[in-house]
Amino acid sequence: MRQTDLLSMLTAILTGFIFSILLVFVGRFFKGKLSILASIVPLGLFLYFFQFITPIANDEIITRSFEWIPSFGVDLGFKLDGLSLLFSLMITGIGFLVFAYTSSYLKGHEYLDRFYGYLSAFMGAMLGLVLSDNMITLFVFWELTSISSFFLIGFNNTNPASRKSAMTALGITGIGGLLLLASALLLNNITGTYSISEMLSMSEAIRGNEFYAVAVFLLFGAAFTKSAQFPFHFWLPGAMKAPTPVSTYLHSATMVKAGIYLLMRFTPVLGGENIWNYTLIIVGGITMLYSAIHTLFRTDLKGILAYSTISALGILVFLIGLGTEEAFLAAAVFIIVHALYKATLFLVTGIIDHQTHTRDITRLAGLNKIMLPVGIAGILAAISSAGIPPTIGFIGKELTYEATYHSDTIIIISMIAIVLTKILLLYAGFVAGIKPFTGKLPDEHQEVKAPDPIMWIPPVLLATLGLVFGIAPFLVEGALIKPVVTALGGNASEIHLALWHGFNTIFILSLITIGVGTALYFLLKPSEKLVAAAARYNAISPENILNLINKGFVQFSSFWTNFFQNGYLRNYISIIILFLVVIVGYIMIGNTRFVIDYNSLSKITVYEITTTLILIAGIFYTVFTESRLAAVAAMGVVGLSICLIFVFYSAPDLAMTQFSIDTLTVILFVLVLYKLPKYLKLSDYKTRVRDGVLSSIFGLIITVLALEVLSEPVSKQVGEFYAANSYVEAHGKNVVNVILVDFRGADTLIEISVLSIAAVGVFGLMKLRLKMRDRKRYADVSLDKENKEQ
Amino acid sequence: MRTTIILKTASNYLLPVLLVFSVFILLRGHYLPGGGFVGGLIASIAFILHSFANGLEKTKELLIVHPGFLLPVGLAISFMAGLAPVIFFDMPFMTGLWSHDTVAILGSVGSALFFDIGVYLVVNGVTLTIIFTISESA
Amino acid sequence: MEILLALMVGILYGTGIYMMLRRSMVKLIIGIILLGNGANLLIFLLGRITKGAPPIIPGDSKVFLEAFADPVPQALILTAIVISFGLQSFAIVLVKRAHTVVRTDDLDEMNATDEDS
Repeated sequence: MRQTDLLSMLTAILTGFIFSILLVFVGRFFKGKLSILASIVPLGLFLYFFQFITPIANDEIITRSFEWIPSFGVDLGFKLDGLSLLFSLMITGIGFLVFAYTSSYLKGHEYLDRFYGYLSAFMGAMLGLVLSDNMITLFVFWELTSISSFFLIGFNNTNPASRKSAMTALGITGIGGLLLLASALLLNNITGTYSISEMLSMSEAIRGNEFYAVAVFLLFGAAFTKSAQFPFHFWLPGAMKAPTPVSTYLHSATMVKAGIYLLMRFTPVLGGENIWNYTLIIVGGITMLYSAIHTLFRTDLKGILAYSTISALGILVFLIGLGTEEAFLAAAVFIIVHALYKATLFLVTGIIDHQTHTRDITRLAGLNKIMLPVGIAGILAAISSAGIPPTIGFIGKELTYEATYHSDTIIIISMIAIVLTKILLLYAGFVAGIKPFTGKLPDEHQEVKAPDPIMWIPPVLLATLGLVFGIAPFLVEGALIKPVVTALGGNASEIHLALWHGFNTIFILSLITIGVGTALYFLLKPSEKLVAAAARYNAISPENILNLINKGFVQFSSFWTNFFQNGYLRNYISIIILFLVVIVGYIMIGNTRFVIDYNSLSKITVYEITTTLILIAGIFYTVFTESRLAAVAAMGVVGLSICLIFVFYSAPDLAMTQFSIDTLTVILFVLVLYKLPKYLKLSDYKTRVRDGVLSSIFGLIITVLALEVLSEPVSKQVGEFYAANSYVEAHGKNVVNVILVDFRGADTLIEISVLSIAAVGVFGLMKLRLKMRDRKRYADVSLDKENKEQ
Repeated sequence: MRTTIILKTASNYLLPVLLVFSVFILLRGHYLPGGGFVGGLIASIAFILHSFANGLEKTKELLIVHPGFLLPVGLAISFMAGLAPVIFFDMPFMTGLWSHDTVAILGSVGSALFFDIGVYLVVNGVTLTIIFTISESA
Repeated sequence: MEILLALMVGILYGTGIYMMLRRSMVKLIIGIILLGNGANLLIFLLGRITKGAPPIIPGDSKVFLEAFADPVPQALILTAIVISFGLQSFAIVLVKRAHTVVRTDDLDEMNATDEDS
């Protein structure tokens, strides 16, 4: 591969991010009339990817790889095959139209530059996602799409509902991202690589692994959350709070298709097993039907589109689940179909909203008199979505039916589900694309103005493409469809797309779909009543259940935090000690033997007993005296007693050090004693008894622990090593000192550094003056306190 | 601070004696109990005793520089003692270097002795900094 | 004697914790010091105690000829003693500073976590 290609690929992916960062500095430039120029970026990228059509169509696969974090096996591996190319073209192509459309839709918006920044960052993340060949890189870009879409969905950040739905979307897709990471780690554990291409060659091994199912379900978790599959679908309708260009971009071609992309990408690696196929068929089936039914109960245009999008995603998941070559073909075609008509419908909705300031379908009719081109686009898209010839939608629907019909699993249920879904989607498409442009124009919209050409050209272009591809399917067949099927592991040589498939069962089903759907459109008028009817079931909707869980979680964590992080030092200590006592005590109860070999112990002499008694007396005097000075003096006695113990047991160095430190500690205390607060009896009797019991038990545990350890044989290997080499290697006879300055000299070096830091800390704390702000604040606090006391 | 004339007089003699003693403890550390830690502590006790008897200002005048300066100096000496084998002999950090001839009293002289001197200075500096800072602002 | 020492370690730990649980700041520091002494003694004890045999090689020999006390715990404790002095002085100064600033000795009154207490 040529080096220039390598660089250009990386540049293409990073362009979105670079442009986004650039906007921080030159954003003003893109805010005004020149905002349309921003769309040059996606256009350029689109042309860049366009040139790959020929090589890809010739079954070439273009891979590029940079080392990124080689020690973890993470590299910036990119792979451009049919699947990636299709998505890249959609991302940049529709991206271009959305960029252009936005310049008019948000004309004069205060934060237009910011919007472009988010949008191009999102585009970059999406491109990276579909081009990554390394699962870690994939994960990084996956999360970047979640984050950048968070900003896009919450763009109207003054609106609480908008903020909330952005949070929901981020939460749901963020969880999915974590699952993806877990799946990546697991697959890496199985295969030893993060590269998807390499995993492909180890497909058999993965399937045979006992953790196969776990890896698959983690991956499903990621795909289902991103692609809004039941029961994680609810973030998508919520995300309709975003400006319409965002909805267009995210929901027709990019964000939600990321999950579909992931499933398709891993079909050759993980697919083909029952657990894979049936899960996808069931989840996809439920999703497509569930949300298709939902479209009946919506009057908001974007709401209808949202649910029909979820339904379309369900169809795609369902098709991937079928797992046959026909199904892959159908899925590939349907992705294009859906991207074209859904983007058109969203853009049309945006225009309607922009011009009439309403999206309520019950109040919209006859707009073709004002915006005829928009109407044409809408109607074309509706026809394509309905699968009426001669649009590409018809081909897509035929292929879908055929794939379902020829699959070998539960054909009847699948057929009923898919036909019902298609009927309902036809209805939804008609409502969104045809209803606003037919009938009589209501009085309230008489004054509505025609939109800017920049706004209506993109939808018209997309709708026309849907028609052109339908009449001339060979345009996409070789260039896009076949490579995708190849990438999914199918044999593409037999594929031939055509409008006319002959008069067979499938054709009859198509006729039924169109007939029933059209009838439904004319019989069932969207109304508030239907919306209210559906609202009754909100209590058991997944969204509501999740919200309840969420609420409970927040309450629990605030309770938890307040219980443990209450700001009282002694509570922290008590809890730590209590925990330690319980854990260690529990283990001890079963395991303590209390076997002490009295012969191994050293004899007790009179002076040892005396020292011990003095020590104990000193300790208790320190604890119970009422005077601080007495406590300090008693502490000095404790230190000196310990010093004596060191003397008795062959530790002259320790004795010397302890003696000096003890002296210094007492001096230190005496110096500051009169500046330190007086002893106060703050705790009541009960608390003291409770603390006394707790600390006694703790002391007892330590004693028992020490005795237990003493009954175990000791290993003096380390000490013996030092002793043997002390003079021979380090020319010193005081082994303790030799350890400190030679064997473990580096430790000592760090230790004296720590000491120096302590000294600097003391110096800083005492010498530096309080900032004015603090002084004033605390003066106020103490003033308040004095007032209270009076 | 009110002090007796006996303490005042004694401390003037005690300071040099204690300092010499601390150096003695430092140097013999490799063979007998002692070393940089204890030596440094004894030296600082000597200065603190002097400051109790004669006032902090007098002791500071005696020290010329603030004891805080001992920290970087000591750290540098210790660090260089560890670094010397790396620079001069291309050996790992903290490798012990030894002169072949023995010196009277000290025995073999090596990088470890310089390391210990650094420890001595740091400990002395830390203790004096802490005690002086606290007694100044107390 | 080991049993007696183990008992003392226990007492030092128990009283140290008890003092740390008090609301007075000075008692907190005393508690920390007691606990530190207890820990030193515990390490010393667990390294096994030996009478009359310091880990110092006798004058004319190059290696130990008789039993000797384990030098490793001693080296550990030696640094621990010095470090604990640094810790104590820092804690004392911190307490003193806190006392000047908030004018309370009651640790319970310092429980606000936010800046605006």
